[in-house]
Amino acid sequence: MSKMTLKTEGDRVVVVTRRFAASPEAVYRAHTEPALIQKWLLGPDGWTMPVCINEARPGGSIRYEWTNGKGGGFTLTGEYLELAPFSRILHVERMHLPDPTPDNHVETMFEQDGTGTLMTMRMTLPNAETRAAMLATGMEHGMEASYVRLEAMI
Amino acid sequence: MPKLDAAFSALADPTRRAILARLASGEATVMELAEPFEMTQPAISRHLKVLEGAGLIVRRVEGTKRPCRLAPAGTEPVDRWLAMLREALAKNYERLDEVLATMRTERRKDRP
Repeated sequence: MSKMTLKTEGDRVVVVTRRFAASPEAVYRAHTEPALIQKWLLGPDGWTMPVCINEARPGGSIRYEWTNGKGGGFTLTGEYLELAPFSRILHVERMHLPDPTPDNHVETMFEQDGTGTLMTMRMTLPNAETRAAMLATGMEHGMEASYVRLEAMI
Repeated sequence: MPKLDAAFSALADPTRRAILARLASGEATVMELAEPFEMTQPAISRHLKVLEGAGLIVRRVEGTKRPCRLAPAGTEPVDRWLAMLREALAKNYERLDEVLATMRTERRKDRP
């Protein structure tokens, strides 16, 4: 079953939707509590997140450090702008490769959908030139990584 | 199209990222890459092999030399970026499904 959609708007905005069989509260907590985040926000198999700082309050810091256990690693830092438990999160994030990439603005919404949750994540990505440079030097984020892990992580 | 796992591993190494940054300004031979990085040619060759395997660079034959350059953007970096992002997110959310299922179970256990 393909539950995820990923669509672009223009050349800088990516909108991801995904349904989860859990309440908005549970999905929101899984996005803001370090012990839970460390279990899933990992990117490819074999990667772990030994450092996970997540201060879920306006102005609070985010710091994720991933490692593949073989000397490879990525770091993402960010700040929270707005939080409305358990419905909406607005934050900025960037990868360090090691130089910081331009900020990604991310709005994540959690809506009740029947007995589950519809999550909509709207990412405003760096411009095309920056993405190309990141492809050449780092996390073609992807999620970017990941969030990239872009992800993105990426 | 870079393979996600291979690309992540390839990009996790600072030397390989520096090689890609160098190639962003144009094609180079192993010899030309070995110099600024103060590495032996076999060491550079090993890094290039990893980058090639991850689909990040391509090499061509020119006499005895095999100059390398960044993999053609193909359908452009944006599409590669999106493909990697999609793959990473899909994997993450499958894991999140399991985390949420565990949270539900633990919650039930907490109840009298």
